[in-house]
Amino acid sequence: MTQQRGVNQVYLGLPTAPPGVGQLRGDRPFPAAAREALGDAQLRRNLAKATGTIRAKRAQVVAEVPDWAELRAAGAAVKDQVLANLDGYLVQLEEQVGARGGVVHWARDATEANRVVTDLVRAAGADEVVKVKSMATQEIGLNEALAEAGIAAWETDLAELIVQLGHDSPSHILVPAIHRNRAEIREIFLREMARVGLPAPPDLTDEPRALAEAARLHLRRRFLEAQVAVSGANFAVAETGTLAVVESEGNGRMCLTLPRVLITVMGIEKLVPTWRDLEVFLQLLPRSSTGERMNPYTSMWTGVHAGDGPEEFHLVLLDNGRTATLADPQGRSALRCIRCSACLNVCPVYERTGGHAYGSVYPGPIGAVLSPQLTGVADNPSLPYASTLCGACYDVCPVAIDIPQMLVHLRSRVVDTRREHSRVPTPEQAVMATAAWTMERPARWANALRAARLGRLLGRRRRRISTLPPPLSAWTATRDVPLPPAQTFRDWWAGR
Amino acid sequence: MVAPSGSCAGSVRHQHAWVADEAGDPGLAAAARETASRTFELSEFLVDVLGVIDVGAHFPHRVTYHPTCHSLRVLRVGDRPLRLLREVGGIDLVELPQAEACCGFGGTFAVKNPDTSAAMLADKMHHVLSTRAEVCSASDSSCLLHIGGGLSRLRTGVRTVHLAEILASTRSELPEVPAR
Repeated sequence: MTQQRGVNQVYLGLPTAPPGVGQLRGDRPFPAAAREALGDAQLRRNLAKATGTIRAKRAQVVAEVPDWAELRAAGAAVKDQVLANLDGYLVQLEEQVGARGGVVHWARDATEANRVVTDLVRAAGADEVVKVKSMATQEIGLNEALAEAGIAAWETDLAELIVQLGHDSPSHILVPAIHRNRAEIREIFLREMARVGLPAPPDLTDEPRALAEAARLHLRRRFLEAQVAVSGANFAVAETGTLAVVESEGNGRMCLTLPRVLITVMGIEKLVPTWRDLEVFLQLLPRSSTGERMNPYTSMWTGVHAGDGPEEFHLVLLDNGRTATLADPQGRSALRCIRCSACLNVCPVYERTGGHAYGSVYPGPIGAVLSPQLTGVADNPSLPYASTLCGACYDVCPVAIDIPQMLVHLRSRVVDTRREHSRVPTPEQAVMATAAWTMERPARWANALRAARLGRLLGRRRRRISTLPPPLSAWTATRDVPLPPAQTFRDWWAGR
Repeated sequence: MVAPSGSCAGSVRHQHAWVADEAGDPGLAAAARETASRTFELSEFLVDVLGVIDVGAHFPHRVTYHPTCHSLRVLRVGDRPLRLLREVGGIDLVELPQAEACCGFGGTFAVKNPDTSAAMLADKMHHVLSTRAEVCSASDSSCLLHIGGGLSRLRTGVRTVHLAEILASTRSELPEVPAR
């Protein structure tokens, strides 16, 4: 059966994340970026050590939970329930936040969200903000947008601070400076802290305790002086209008309680229906992400309270391609993601290339399925192929996102999109079409296998094939090909 | 239907019906589901269906076993291949470090992302060589093609032999393996 049209529907009218703002697209395809990263021996050592450590910790604390499989199923089910009724829950959240003194803003995309936040900071009369670690604000490039408006955004998470001071970008969802080691961090602190605030002590060592203390001193004045804080959110409870942030350092707690104005930017999929649903995720998340039984700081806030915490609370609900993602029945479960990054830590590709190769703030397996959906697959066509489909990501995902199957589905969307844009088949499409033709009839397949014996001629002398023309030269650059056997299995079977 | 491949059996069992569904062909999907229900990977068939662990094989070599991703994480064959191998006469079975890590093949991945694939292969080969095994076995020809291609290029002298070939070896009949 030949399908002229792609088997995937086209979702017209649903906007994807716009180009030119934020960080969801790389400036080159994954294989090229990966090639450069693979050449960095220091990076590979840092990554292998860090991912290996987190991986082992996670495995240990997950194994302790007797009902992990049930928790995981519950997490997936709650998120699916939210996604199936997102419109209703979002309106409920808006009502609850408003009823408790907060203000909800709707942002169609990164540009709108950045404008909303910039206007709110200006209205507060501030020219700087402190930030809680947030993927959503990285996704929309908020720091850059604020800088353009003359507003300084200070990251207060230790790893985000390292990234910001190093004029660098995050390479991991949870551990954004995973590509840096202690010695590199010491150098960044010594070189950069003095330029933007309190200098690092001149006798700073690369002991973790000393580095953390330097960061603590550097940040303290910012916490005390800031009038406005910007955060993301791990969860929002539709029933109560409560927002939740989980973190490990206490910097989040400072930002969420000290400044006068709090602005939270949250993807629309971060909802849970009821307070009680948090029970599931507050067990799944820390064990999956940091390998901890419980995260050190869980901050929750509901509206504003006179004399206690921020006087103003604004919630910016961000779409930026999420509704378009929701429209694809085979791809929408990517929106279950709670950003634990367990899939990054077990991924053999991520472990070797690091996060920057993915070109998006969402790297690793989840990034390979999420980024192309948020931007539209035409803008990230190499990411669905950045996986061997080994399945390690699906095994550890606390909300059971079948990433390998979704990657296969997105590959088909990439092919369909190419086909829509060009009638001329790529060489790969020609090869695939030939393979499909061959496999359509058993006799053709048997003949093809017999014909493959001609390959024996290529390696007559050395009994192996060491060079092939492009594109198969990509194989023989590092690998031989064995000689095809003199007799095919089918012939042997028939003549037994 | 018995496939000497975790990847192929996994595809028949888990992907065919899904692809048929995606193509909007419910009849084909139903047929694929029916086929899936009587499709087994070799070690599953031997251990679960035939109830055999000792197949009477003889293979006097030092062997390490790479449990392929799809047999491990799609089919969940567990330790069935190792249980079969442990009963092989004369075998010196040695554990492969970080055995569950992918070898980097991944079908078209090997040529679309050749550098990442080669980096994964290098680590896999390092672990194979650390066992000082003569033979690296697996139950997927595709993974063996990849690992074997690397071991051959580096002239390591380590051979790759499919699980089925080891189980089919007897004192009088050893598998056909390429000369070094």
